[in-house]
Amino acid sequence: MIKFIKRFYLVIMFVFLYAPIAALMVLSFNSSKYMSRWDGFSLKWYEAMFSSELIMSALKTTLIIALLSAVISTIIGTAACIGISRMKRKPRAIVMGLNNIPMVNAEIVTGISLMLCFIAFGISLGFGTILISHITFCIPYVILSVMPKIKQTEQSTYEAALDLGASPVQAFFKVVFPDIRPGVLSGFLMAFTMSLDDFIITHFTKGAGVNTLSTLIYSEVRKGIKPSLYALSTIMFLAVLILLVIANLPKGKNRELVKEN
Amino acid sequence: MGKKSLAAPYIVWMAGFIVIPLLFVFYYGLTDKSGAFTLENLAAIASPEKVSALLRSLKLSVLSTAICLLLAYPLAMILKGLHVKKGSFVVFLFILPMWMNFLLRTMAWQTLLDRNGVINNVLAFFHLPGINIINTQAAIVFGMVYNFLPFMVLPIYNVLIKIGDDTVEAARDLGADGVQTFFRVIFPLSMPGIVSGITMVFVPALTTFVISDLLGGGMVLLIGNVIEQEFTFTANWNLGSGLSLVLMVFILISMVLFAKYDKDGEGAAV
Repeated sequence: MIKFIKRFYLVIMFVFLYAPIAALMVLSFNSSKYMSRWDGFSLKWYEAMFSSELIMSALKTTLIIALLSAVISTIIGTAACIGISRMKRKPRAIVMGLNNIPMVNAEIVTGISLMLCFIAFGISLGFGTILISHITFCIPYVILSVMPKIKQTEQSTYEAALDLGASPVQAFFKVVFPDIRPGVLSGFLMAFTMSLDDFIITHFTKGAGVNTLSTLIYSEVRKGIKPSLYALSTIMFLAVLILLVIANLPKGKNRELVKEN
Repeated sequence: MGKKSLAAPYIVWMAGFIVIPLLFVFYYGLTDKSGAFTLENLAAIASPEKVSALLRSLKLSVLSTAICLLLAYPLAMILKGLHVKKGSFVVFLFILPMWMNFLLRTMAWQTLLDRNGVINNVLAFFHLPGINIINTQAAIVFGMVYNFLPFMVLPIYNVLIKIGDDTVEAARDLGADGVQTFFRVIFPLSMPGIVSGITMVFVPALTTFVISDLLGGGMVLLIGNVIEQEFTFTANWNLGSGLSLVLMVFILISMVLFAKYDKDGEGAAV
């Protein structure tokens, strides 16, 4: 009985989390443009999506910013983790405290503060300012996932590599990096996802003329959102789901095989 | 890897894009349009309209944080009980929805919660009374719980899976029953996760302007909406910054709590 209640609760919670996603997927095939009415199956929103320059350019901006901010924040963040782990207690506490600010602070305050700063220094708001802002809030997530891995690595293995004639760069990529790779990867994915899904900070730092998908959607809320945006997010969601399943399945099987042998 | 200097780029970055921008909020918040020092922007929170927005925000965010905690704790316990080999899979299930834009996901609840929507049809099928919460404060709390629940589940789950079975068994061996084991062993050990979960839900819920915009139908004004409007409509940056400073007092309280339970600076968030 208790087992049944547990299962039931689990199912309810995941229905709660995924219901809106299912709803959007269904609505993307709705030939009516109203959310509340079903007028039959149609693919017209998918056609409309590909022919809409507005949506395609917002998609391009969103993906480029997510990719760039994930790559840059992963590099800066991983390097920072190595540096921070070598620091003494006090400076480390200060750096980690500052690192927590973008995560703990309200996004609206982070967005406003960056906007005021850019304008005060005469940097015009646009693609560049969105990118800088995204990198700023992504690095803490990279550090959060890389730091525990760095702490687990042994300083001595790195030194052993040096003694055996490796250059510091070789020692890093051949000895240290394989140990911390899972953390770096999950930091990268986290950064990419956070950047992709961000609205509030982008809203304040984007300026006129540039749109990410989030800001495009927000600007359409009042007029009524076009279902072509549901179509786009359905495709993106399914693409990620398939990619991640493919990336995870064979590896898991290999591991099991190795264990069995 | 004995290079402290590897942290240098990030330290410069933090100075430029975290510290200096925050100083600008202080500067604008404590000056008037001519640049003279004033406390008026802070005092502006006392106007009836803004006080009621702040109190409303506090009420809704406390409520949604409490609901999140009540929903998340059993969920985290059940997930721990599944003994999934890869904890990352559980994390993945909660992060996956973020790949569908959060504005769209929130909007989708409009359809689902509609008077003639799916949920009311299901309720009617089971002869249960329908719910009619669209464009009310209840809808906003619902949206907050929906959006921020993962931020409560993940820290608690991450702390719970670190509690070894032997700890629980030891408590049992020493004569504690299930309830005692929970309240005297598991619950106290999970406090850091609970605290970081509360911070991660309370702050975004307190400061949101998007959820109230989308699910409140523009009828419910939160402090986030007031601040956002000072920047986008009335363009009164000084007042907007002043109100942000007031808001930050509440965030600071959360940060102090966060720091107290997060001494290693590791964070239980991810």
